[in-house]
Amino acid sequence: MAAAPKRPFRWHIVVFLAPALLVYTAIMILPLAGTLQLSLFRNIDQAQVFVGLENFRRLFGDPNWSVNFWNALRNNVWFFIIHMLVQNPIGVLLAALLSSPRLRFSAFYRTAIFVPTILSFVIVGFAWKLILSPLWGVAPNLMDLVGLKSLFTPWLGKEQYALTALSLISVWQFVGIPMMLIYAALLSIPDEVIEAAECDGITGMSQFWKIKLPLILPSIGIISILTFVGNFNAFDLIYTAQGALAGPNYSTDILGTFLYRAFFGFQLQVGDPNMGAAIATMMFLIILGGVCVYLFLVQTRLRRYQF
Amino acid sequence: MTTKLLTALLLGTSILGSAGMAYAQDVTLNIESWRGDDLAIWKDKLIPAFEAKNPGIKVVFAPSAPTEYDAALGAKLAAGSAGDLITCRPFDKSLELYKKGNLADLSTLPGMENFSDVAKAAWQTDDGKASFCVPMASVIHGFIYNKDAFDQLGIKVPTTNEEFYAALDKIKADGTYIPMAMGTKDLWEAATMGYQNIGPNYWKGEEGRAALIKGEQKLTDPQWVEPYKELTKWKDYLGDGFEAQTYPDSQNLFTLGRAAIYPAGSWEIGLFNTQAQFKMGAFPPPVQKVGDTCYISDHTDIGMGLNAASKNADAAKTFLTWVASPDFATIYANALPGFFSLNNTPVKMEDPLAQEFVSWRDKCKSTIRSTYQILSRGTPNLENETWVESANVINGTDTPEAAAKKLQDGLDSWYKPAK
Repeated sequence: MAAAPKRPFRWHIVVFLAPALLVYTAIMILPLAGTLQLSLFRNIDQAQVFVGLENFRRLFGDPNWSVNFWNALRNNVWFFIIHMLVQNPIGVLLAALLSSPRLRFSAFYRTAIFVPTILSFVIVGFAWKLILSPLWGVAPNLMDLVGLKSLFTPWLGKEQYALTALSLISVWQFVGIPMMLIYAALLSIPDEVIEAAECDGITGMSQFWKIKLPLILPSIGIISILTFVGNFNAFDLIYTAQGALAGPNYSTDILGTFLYRAFFGFQLQVGDPNMGAAIATMMFLIILGGVCVYLFLVQTRLRRYQF
Repeated sequence: MTTKLLTALLLGTSILGSAGMAYAQDVTLNIESWRGDDLAIWKDKLIPAFEAKNPGIKVVFAPSAPTEYDAALGAKLAAGSAGDLITCRPFDKSLELYKKGNLADLSTLPGMENFSDVAKAAWQTDDGKASFCVPMASVIHGFIYNKDAFDQLGIKVPTTNEEFYAALDKIKADGTYIPMAMGTKDLWEAATMGYQNIGPNYWKGEEGRAALIKGEQKLTDPQWVEPYKELTKWKDYLGDGFEAQTYPDSQNLFTLGRAAIYPAGSWEIGLFNTQAQFKMGAFPPPVQKVGDTCYISDHTDIGMGLNAASKNADAAKTFLTWVASPDFATIYANALPGFFSLNNTPVKMEDPLAQEFVSWRDKCKSTIRSTYQILSRGTPNLENETWVESANVINGTDTPEAAAKKLQDGLDSWYKPAK
């Protein structure tokens, strides 16, 4: 290599990178830097004054803020756990069923299950609020038909159930995404591998567990991290279904709604962009931390198979 | 970047908007407002009435969407393109505009003497020295009831607490109707239609509200906890699953004739008149004992001020004086039943339900919602916390005492009353 003649500077690399780099910088990196900067300032007498980490000291030191913050974080973790335990296993299961060659109408099922994902949050929130409404909802009637009326409670209005109910609504909406990704991963497994397994006498369930699952593990990893990022950025569903105060008694308050109230204010509460930016920074750090854990601890240990 | 774009757009629209008037020699006044719903009333009734009396002044009502109003108005004021007349939100939002010098001082405007101090309080500096908006309308709290249901069950309109609960018990025992249509899902119903509705009878209206601001009373005092104790009793009379019942659910329950009593604000009158198929009546929040003075929440909601940068200040003042006159009040209150004039001169209204509401002003003392003035400036925000705690009390999550203590602790953490 050392003997190779000196090549001219390859301008085309810069030129081809520039559009993506510029757009990404303008709409992602600059606002992010702006948020980080805003969180280090306070508005004192109509002027932005640098206060160092004062906003963060308030966020964690002042019970008026910290109680809400930890509550929101706890709720957010629960929101994430439900997604991991319900959404992703169901997604894998559905994908496995869909990829079965004996299933008829699989294109129809695939579309039907994926449709909620492209619906607006506003529609999903409103529709489920109506479905679960104790007054006009279909849920009480349907449960009555199967004799389970006694199990019905106004879930969205009860402190102990509201968050779980909303998490499951979100699962219903987004289960199509893990399903699609896993489905694609399952389809990309070459037939030779499956045939080889069959020759070795591995069929049915054990084929799924021993052959297919290890091959789709990288996809499951990607889905987990997408779920993590999505859940810790979530806001819309809670806002449309429960309002910005995330009732009852803040039981459905997640970081997104907490950020919204702090940043923009609500009703008589005046917005405080600096505290809002501090919360946004914390959200950024939490997501960054989670992604780093995944990248350095999990992804490096996942084995990939090249066909 | 977006503010610049917005400003440019707004400038563009204001130039286009005024281009049509350039031919006339008349002075043209533009009104900024969030009340798009009132456009027809302004165009067909209010503005013609004013222009007939004041030749040479033309008025244009130019509303924007409620959710965008504050931001759009701020941008227009900063760019110098805002209208001459500005519809005022109550309390801090307008006070902020006044402090920034966007709203002119109207303390000496002819016509301001037509309003009581309570009416003006929403648009005054904290010391009450300067007024900057003419009060236009208020909303009154009380209970709207299904008259047919009351007649059918032989219930008299309750005036005391005892009669109130007796009536509720009777409706519940009969079983045809849900006794009371209210839910806690949207939180604010519990606070606004519940706590702020019945509360003034306990804290004695303005007396208690002023004492709270001065720091002489605490939210943990009996007169402030008592309304919460009443709310805990309401729980038994609400419909099944009230925890997940939203505000529109409550409205529908009542207008469909499935509930007998609706804890209300007078702004419902217009909608209920068009939707309910039965006769309705209203009663003020019941008092504790026969003969007690009654207090009502007569909450100032909307006013109008003068853009300090207006080039037509004189014409605008003429208009504001007219807004402060009984003439304006009569047209406005009749066009929008449920939004009551704050003018001292009684206004003759056609709508019987609205008449009933406004008649309480003669026998009861008026006050405004306790959390709105000064007390909701800090974090935690008293108004928002009151929403959460009122719903908690009805849901049984918190006892009245615990709720009151939380609210007072939150208030104490930032509010230091002037000694």
